[in-house]
Amino acid sequence: MLIKPDNQPDLEQVLSLRQRPTRPSPLSASLTLGWRALLKIKYVPEQLFDVTAFPVIFLLMFTYLFGGAISGSTGEYLNFVLPGILVMTVSMITMYTGTDLNKDIQKGIFDRFRTLPFWRPAALVGALLVDMVRYLLASAIMIGLGYALGFRPEGGLSGLLLGVAVLLAFAFGLSWIWTLLGLIVRSEKALMGISMMVLFPLTFLSSVFVDTSTMPGWLQTVVDLNPVTFAVNAVRGLAHGTVAGGEVMIVLAIAAGLVAIFAPLTMYAYNNKR
Amino acid sequence: MTKQTTGELAIDAVGLIKRFGDQQVVDGISLQVKRGTIYGFLGPNGAGKTTTIKMLATLLRPDGGTATVMGHDLLQDADGVRQCISLTGQFASVDEEMSGRENLILIARLVGFTRHGAKQRADDLLRAFRLEEAADRQVKKYSGGMRRRIDIAASIVTAPDLLFLDEPTTGLDPRSRNQVWDIIRALVRSGTTVFLTTQYLEEADQLADRIGVIDHGRLIAEGTSSELKAMVGAGRLTVHLQAVGDLSTARRILEEITGQPVEADDRSQRLIAQIADHGEAAAALSRLVLEGLAISDFSMGQPSLDEVFLTLTGKPAQEEGEEAHADQAG
Repeated sequence: MLIKPDNQPDLEQVLSLRQRPTRPSPLSASLTLGWRALLKIKYVPEQLFDVTAFPVIFLLMFTYLFGGAISGSTGEYLNFVLPGILVMTVSMITMYTGTDLNKDIQKGIFDRFRTLPFWRPAALVGALLVDMVRYLLASAIMIGLGYALGFRPEGGLSGLLLGVAVLLAFAFGLSWIWTLLGLIVRSEKALMGISMMVLFPLTFLSSVFVDTSTMPGWLQTVVDLNPVTFAVNAVRGLAHGTVAGGEVMIVLAIAAGLVAIFAPLTMYAYNNKR
Repeated sequence: MTKQTTGELAIDAVGLIKRFGDQQVVDGISLQVKRGTIYGFLGPNGAGKTTTIKMLATLLRPDGGTATVMGHDLLQDADGVRQCISLTGQFASVDEEMSGRENLILIARLVGFTRHGAKQRADDLLRAFRLEEAADRQVKKYSGGMRRRIDIAASIVTAPDLLFLDEPTTGLDPRSRNQVWDIIRALVRSGTTVFLTTQYLEEADQLADRIGVIDHGRLIAEGTSSELKAMVGAGRLTVHLQAVGDLSTARRILEEITGQPVEADDRSQRLIAQIADHGEAAAALSRLVLEGLAISDFSMGQPSLDEVFLTLTGKPAQEEGEEAHADQAG
């Protein structure tokens, strides 16, 4: 036998530590769980496929597919469409937040987390923090490729970076919808189905690909009310230096609103998970 | 059950109820666990063991009833409860994708250790649980026994006042099972109260100071191992006779001593008697020898979980697919 009751000074010794340290601060707990999410990327780097391949495929596909037809040249269209596709791509990959969480929760480790006395939202906030890194990576890849293809924002790099910052805020808000669904939907597959059903119309019925003024009036109304349109207009405006402060504020307000609605719902579902 | 004051009790639960849909998975369970003891929760799959543990460990909100865990009210002071307890679930309660060391550091950080302190603590635990060599391997590559050890190590990053162990040895080979038993005994010596669930009577017998038998969400019997045995009987005595002609005489003698009907099988020349304790078995065997009956072989068996249930409920322990599912989901 490896462990003998009469001869286990190490075991007795580790068992003698009974006093728990003071519980970690919310920030420390969130960062620790963020570290866990980063470790998972270390072990399964394939999971970065979505944030690396999506941007490349989307940008190349839509630029060369629509460029000639819509703007007369791919170069001009690239300048118009890149901020749009950026918003579209990042919005699409927010759904992986939910599927990852769903997978995680089906295993037992969340039960252990929930019996530890740390700030409860940390498990979700930590995962979302790492998702921010993923969104940033996707943005960097797309912008890098865009520059190589001839994308030149009129607002310069600083405007574009501000745009990315606004986009991250928007994506953070959007992610909370998926964390909620990730907690209440039974399987990962069902969750994928639901997210696709929401995200496809949401991203296509927007100003991502075309100027809304070419659409029929009723569609224009729908598209103009789509939160993705607001996000696209803000990012595009910041990139090209044509933005009004109000547009940016609306996007930030939408993000804050999403968090205000879905974060408490998510926490409720998390605390009352079977 | 003797009346205990709250100060002496690790768990004091009254009338716990949990429903999933229209199914009453836990149906009014009341139990008291004294501090510093091992309480064994014995029952078949789907009896409501896991659901009860989850309620006591603040993972599930009871639909009815109350409980005090380590002096903290389960409903009013869940955080207070969480400060004192630890849970090792039936299924993966560590992250399989991560290494053993990373898992321990993660839990240590979440408990509040500093970065350096967490590393130190992880090293100590890995050494104590003989997992140093596997420390940097992903947990999914561990053997069943190593898996269980890292699970338990993660639960005692700080030794809790109360540890819940959900079927700690299910699926383990005998050697790993003994290792886990030794760890549990060491934990109790160090002052931890252990609440464990099991499907094995032998395990409850070996470890637990008190045993609660649960079936269909109800506690159907409770007591020390010997009290339960007095209820159920110590097991069965099987006697093989050399001559068929002796069978009826032997049967009469055994029935006289045990006071219970004895099963006889002509073909194998075998008698099976339910016995209350080992003394009774010894008395029965020596009477048979004194009467000049030639015994070719005899054996004693502990009552199985099935026999316990048969005695206590009049029907065998069933595994009902539906409920087993609810238990796992819960």
